[in-house]
Amino acid sequence: MIHLAAPLLLAAGLFSCGIYGVLARRNAVLVLMSIELMLGAVNVNLLAFDSYFHDQLHGGQILALFVIAIAAAEVGVGLAIVLQLHRARGSIAIDLARGLADEDPPRGAQ
Amino acid sequence: MIAQSAWLLPALPAFAALAVLVAGPQLGTRGAWLAVLATLVPTVLSIWMLLQTIDRLNHALTSAPVIAAHRIATLGPLSVSASTRVDGLAALLCVVVTVVALCVQVYSTAYMRDDSRYSSYAAFVSLFTAAMLIVVLSGDLLWLLVGWEVMGICSYLLIGHHWEDKPNTDAAISAFIVTRFGDLGFTAGLAVFAIGAGSTSISTVLGATYSHTTLVVGSLLLLMGVVGKSAQFPLQTWLPEAMAGPTPVSALIHAATMVAAGVYVVDRLAPIALTGASSATLAVIASITMVFAALCALAQEDLKRVLAWSTVSQLAYMYAGLAMHSNAGIAHLVTHAAFKALLFLAAGCVAHAVGSTLMSKMGGLRRGMPLTFISMTVGLATLGGFPMLSGFVTKDAVLESAWSARETGVVATWAAWLVLVAGVVTAVITAAYCVRVWLRVFAGRAPKGVRPHDPPLAMSAPVLFLTIPSAFVGLLLTGHWFEVLLFGDPTTAVPLEGVSFTGVQGGVQVQLSWALVSSAAAAVGAGTLFLVWRAAPHRDPARILGRSQAFIRDGMRMGELYVRLFVRPLRDRFAPTVATIDRRVIDGGVVGTGRSAVGLGGLLRRTQTGNVQLYITVLLVGVLALAVGAVAL
Repeated sequence: MIHLAAPLLLAAGLFSCGIYGVLARRNAVLVLMSIELMLGAVNVNLLAFDSYFHDQLHGGQILALFVIAIAAAEVGVGLAIVLQLHRARGSIAIDLARGLADEDPPRGAQ
Repeated sequence: MIAQSAWLLPALPAFAALAVLVAGPQLGTRGAWLAVLATLVPTVLSIWMLLQTIDRLNHALTSAPVIAAHRIATLGPLSVSASTRVDGLAALLCVVVTVVALCVQVYSTAYMRDDSRYSSYAAFVSLFTAAMLIVVLSGDLLWLLVGWEVMGICSYLLIGHHWEDKPNTDAAISAFIVTRFGDLGFTAGLAVFAIGAGSTSISTVLGATYSHTTLVVGSLLLLMGVVGKSAQFPLQTWLPEAMAGPTPVSALIHAATMVAAGVYVVDRLAPIALTGASSATLAVIASITMVFAALCALAQEDLKRVLAWSTVSQLAYMYAGLAMHSNAGIAHLVTHAAFKALLFLAAGCVAHAVGSTLMSKMGGLRRGMPLTFISMTVGLATLGGFPMLSGFVTKDAVLESAWSARETGVVATWAAWLVLVAGVVTAVITAAYCVRVWLRVFAGRAPKGVRPHDPPLAMSAPVLFLTIPSAFVGLLLTGHWFEVLLFGDPTTAVPLEGVSFTGVQGGVQVQLSWALVSSAAAAVGAGTLFLVWRAAPHRDPARILGRSQAFIRDGMRMGELYVRLFVRPLRDRFAPTVATIDRRVIDGGVVGTGRSAVGLGGLLRRTQTGNVQLYITVLLVGVLALAVGAVAL
């Protein structure tokens, strides 16, 4: 058997790539892809631990199946949101969507 | 025994005042008659109470007062009770107060009939009556203070009754502030004695022993209060100005009752209020005031102001009597209440006929208004000291008491001589200004356009009624009953600088020697003025004052002096400073707190950029920090 560290390192690397993608990419679809990457890394982690500890209930594998299902659903919703964003703004650059910002009140108002 | 339920006497006018204030506009003139009724009942009750008290004192072995007390609260070491204390002095004063108040209320039904705010006026007069009765009947120092202060506020409200004209409100404020200033001393004095005695009950306070310093300090502080309330020198400026109020108000408050309340309180607390130091001070103040005020009365043009200054001068007589430790002061209070109220109400009748209170617009009024003429003549005669009338008897008693005080050594010799000299000089001037008023109002010819006529019955009846006591009460007071009435509680002897003081002593007798002196003084004053007048009947006899007449007429410009010394620095320098501090520092602090909160919020706002990736970055950093921390620590 291979050492446990190997799949964990792989998962860590994938996760970091995913983090980088979420934080640094402007394109919304790429951000979604990076999220998928992170979820994939999590799956690898789950399966590695499941195999290493010889879990009788196979909790890791079952949770990995859940993650896959949820990821699929989430991507569906996420792409719908991106579609709406494009329809409303004409662009899917995330850093242009600043509706949550709190602006300073205009000058002269208390 | 009415004395047991003496609380009824102030309660009735107080309830009437409340009722009229609340339902005044609906009740209209009926409200005024309610007030009259609420004054009539206490009058009857107090006369009855006086008769019962005289009877009791004549037949009893002790002269202890009737005290009815109900404990209200306990404030630390002091227990406060609402109590009434009815002894001879209180019973007598009740009669005086209620009779004068009744006359004023009846008079007002005609005098104030066309006034739009008559109901509130009647309510305040009732409230004032209640307050004065509380002062007279109170057995507790705190209640005394309550009544005292309520009188002050009613005086303010009534002087400023015609508040549409600013001079009236100015006069009201001036009266209130000056008396309030004196009341600081009064409250402090009462507090000194109450704390010294451990109780606010008057019986306890009178019977307790105090250290010498406490006595002197307390008595001098009390003196400050009565000097303010009774408009004695140097706090006399407010009383002539208070003539801006309606005439019946002047008759009730500023002649017969409120200004005399100080005399009553000093007499009530005589064992502790009349120490050697305070008696001497009082003698000096009274003497100065007597002469000063009489001179000012001589120089006045306005009839009501003559009477106001005359009141100040006569009050000084009362205080002189008290300073000489005799009952002549109280006797003079009683007679003065009668004849001064008479004079003020009669002045109102004259003003009703002539349309003004300026003496330059009067003259020849002896024809056409006989009732007013007779009553005002009697009033002026008794004020001026016509032999055997009330004013003569009691003024004489004051001089008599000074003479005998000098002999018995109860007071310092110089103080007694001061009072004697001042008293005689004032008698001369008093007779002079009385004759001046009489001549200018009644002698000569009526001015054009003036039709002398007697006022309605509601106004002339009280005036006529008051003529009788003004003339005869003095002689009545020389009876033995008066001395018995005021004998005082023998248990309240407070050792006083080595002299044993058993209360204010003595009755009122007319002694031949002093009667001759007073009569001579009055004759000199009256005669001189009459001769001056006869030389030039159409000119003011007060021209003998020469060029100083205008100065004296303004009260020797003392009011202006006070304005320059106190009002201007306060109003023009101190008050703007305080206003600026309030605006910049206090308001600035409050507003500044708000502004800095908003500013701080602005700083925090910079983190809300709207960039979701920034938010997630921050989240990540935080999680990493937590993880490292969890592992490392």
